[in-house]
Amino acid sequence: MKTHRNTPPAIAAGVLLASLLLSTPTRAADPAPGGAKAKPTDPEVRTEERAVLTQAPLVPPPITRKHPAKVTVEIEVREVTKRLADGVEYLFWTFGGDVPGSFIRIREGDQVEFHLNNHQGNKMPHNIDLHAVTGPGGGAASSFTAPGHSSQFSFKALNPGLYVYHCATAPVGMHVANGMYGLILVEPKEGLPRVDREYYIMQGDFYTTGRYGEEGLQGFDMNKAIDEKPTYVVFNGSVGALVGDRALTAKVGEKLRFYIGNGGPNLVSSFHVIGEIFDNVYQEGGVVATQHQVQTTLVPAGGSAMVEFTVDVPGTYILVDHSIFRTFNKGALGMLKVEGPPNLIVYSGKEVDATYIGRAAEAGSDAEKRMASLKAQVAQEIKSNPKIAGLNKEIEIEKGKAIYMQTCFVCHMAGGEGIAGQIPPLAKSDFLASLTKEDYIRGVLLGRQGQIVVNGKTYNGIMTPLNYLTDEQIANVLTYVRNSFGNSGEPVTVQEVTRIRAEVPAPPANKFE
Amino acid sequence: MLALAAGALGGAEPRPAPGMIRVPAGVHRPLVRSITDAAEVPVAAFDLDVLPVTNARFLEFVLANPRWARSRVKRLFADGAYLARWAGDHELGSNAPPDAPVTDVSWFAAKAYAQWRGARLPTLAEWEYAALASPTGPNGAQDPEFRARLLRWYSTPDDAPGRVGQGTPNYWGVHDLHGLIWEWVSDFNNSLVTGDARGDGGLERDLFCGAGAAGARDPSDFPAFMRYGFRSSLKASYTVHNLGFRCARDPAPTPR
Ligand code: HEC
Ligand SMILES: [Cu+2]
Repeated sequence: MKTHRNTPPAIAAGVLLASLLLSTPTRAADPAPGGAKAKPTDPEVRTEERAVLTQAPLVPPPITRKHPAKVTVEIEVREVTKRLADGVEYLFWTFGGDVPGSFIRIREGDQVEFHLNNHQGNKMPHNIDLHAVTGPGGGAASSFTAPGHSSQFSFKALNPGLYVYHCATAPVGMHVANGMYGLILVEPKEGLPRVDREYYIMQGDFYTTGRYGEEGLQGFDMNKAIDEKPTYVVFNGSVGALVGDRALTAKVGEKLRFYIGNGGPNLVSSFHVIGEIFDNVYQEGGVVATQHQVQTTLVPAGGSAMVEFTVDVPGTYILVDHSIFRTFNKGALGMLKVEGPPNLIVYSGKEVDATYIGRAAEAGSDAEKRMASLKAQVAQEIKSNPKIAGLNKEIEIEKGKAIYMQTCFVCHMAGGEGIAGQIPPLAKSDFLASLTKEDYIRGVLLGRQGQIVVNGKTYNGIMTPLNYLTDEQIANVLTYVRNSFGNSGEPVTVQEVTRIRAEVPAPPANKFE
Repeated sequence: MLALAAGALGGAEPRPAPGMIRVPAGVHRPLVRSITDAAEVPVAAFDLDVLPVTNARFLEFVLANPRWARSRVKRLFADGAYLARWAGDHELGSNAPPDAPVTDVSWFAAKAYAQWRGARLPTLAEWEYAALASPTGPNGAQDPEFRARLLRWYSTPDDAPGRVGQGTPNYWGVHDLHGLIWEWVSDFNNSLVTGDARGDGGLERDLFCGAGAAGARDPSDFPAFMRYGFRSSLKASYTVHNLGFRCARDPAPTPR
């Protein structure tokens, strides 16, 4: 098979980084437990190389060689605290420092020498079970490794396909729930059909002690995990990992292939791209395109799928788990941004593109930085001047923006423009201007429905109650809405939200969580 | 000898040594076992260190036994990271406060220390039985709050362990069995895995991929799974940055 015509620069950079990391051995190898067994040499193997590893959403380049090789794969297990959502941190257990783990790409017939290094700062022992390995436990027992130690084992890639790998250390569910999964592609001998771009997307469910959006470092909630009631369902390890700046990109006319994995631990994904139809689906990660013209494909926990499609229309396409509350309320949302000459058929998502990218893009990181610097300013200000109301409002707006980008923008859009005919705009809305603070607060707590007229257009939709947000979050998001998109108004205070929450009838607890 | 025997017969056993506490007889229910293993392992009364062994105390041992100094220890008995946090052979330095638990010690080193003190390492059954106690009762297994607290340790980033004896002791008066470090036990390697017999077959596979959970006493006892898992990943020469130990003793002191 042919190589990519144009390797996207991002992929090239990722590859370079991965090979740099690989070429630096990090620890002296301890002798293999019990002494290494003499291994028969594989007569088919003619060359040796190190696997190129990439972090999602990047995929290593296609394999061009026509013969099996001995491939060395080296993965470091790290327990790292990272962002799960804006303001929410989690101690992830990872293969390679990220969730999902590094993408491994090898060829059918390759002889793989696998090194699993368990970082010396880790608390737990870990191992790896590669579904691509034929042999008891998929390598789990041979790779079982205490912190600060490393293991090595070898296998021959007999079966082509897209396979999940995961940690299989007891309690397995917890290791997987903490992010220990990734994909390994065993390319068939004849290669896969040529495409213009490939991406790596992996879904996972997370169980935190705090509810959705609750800020701070969150612990793992065993009961929620056993009950299969995740707090978060996300693509590529965090809410917003594939939006804004980090959205997937493509050009009109290009053929794309997604390698989709589902780490679980519990949920099965109904993977769907809003506004696209998959030309080919390699169901369950097999190497035969078994279906064509597919809207939604099921990706089992501990399983995978490959989908191919050509993008014809520019705009922003939304990646979802079509078990749709997971998208609207738990974070399973990504974006594919397609650029190119405009087409007559303009899809409303395109406005998302125009306003969201660039601004929302930086919402995560920039807003955080800005909040930190504002907080520092406040601390400074408190010292010298008790009048800090103005700065406080700015902080509330920054925090509110983060909530908006997590909760409201899926309907009202990043620039508050709404969706024609379905979702009313919040930008320069005359209806909004006529509302009191109290109306606002009630609207979020109780939801909204019934006919309304906004800027001369009639809407009759349903906005689900968002009462799972805390009083502070509601106050901040409303302060943000009242001071953005050309609106201006006084801040909404936490006390006001608390008071109105006490007045309104309480909807069933956790209904929308 | 006579006096001891008479004491034992009369039921008036000698008091535990300073720093130790008597844990009364009881039973240990193994988390995972094969069909031939007993469901309950009787545990005789034993004395257990109230606190894990600290850097300061381990330094005394190293000073008295130069062959356990970092630069002199045989690789066979401790891997390359032995006492890695210490500043030198006989120097703790700022990364190893004297009252923090000693870590990065192998099973051989822990055992040698215990012998030097006229004690021994607790058995797995003893350790698990003692650690089952919550602050309020001898069996914390059914206490969701206690279990949730144990789980929290695994959700916290692993910084260097703090000082010993800071929290609430458990029902028996023992500190730090949870939430500070992992601890060696004398028979760490026969919980499921037998030393060098680790291969792709055999008993230890039962711990992986859910097979172990099928025979487990309580598949939702995650903290216990973690301890069993952790222990089976060890070899006697291994040292780990958050693995230390404490000593035990039979109530009638073993002669030096
Ligand atoms: C599930 C989609 C959805 C989400 C999420 C959502 N809304 Fe709405 N919103 C709607 C719909 C639909 C209406 C119109 C309801 C009607 O017809 O009465 C609406 C109406 C409104 C209105 C009054 C109409 C206007 O244009 O001024 C406000 C204010 C509002 N939403 C704010 C918010 C805020 C703030 C959030 C986030 C905390 C949010 N919405 C999240 C769907 C949504
Ligand atoms: Cu693991």
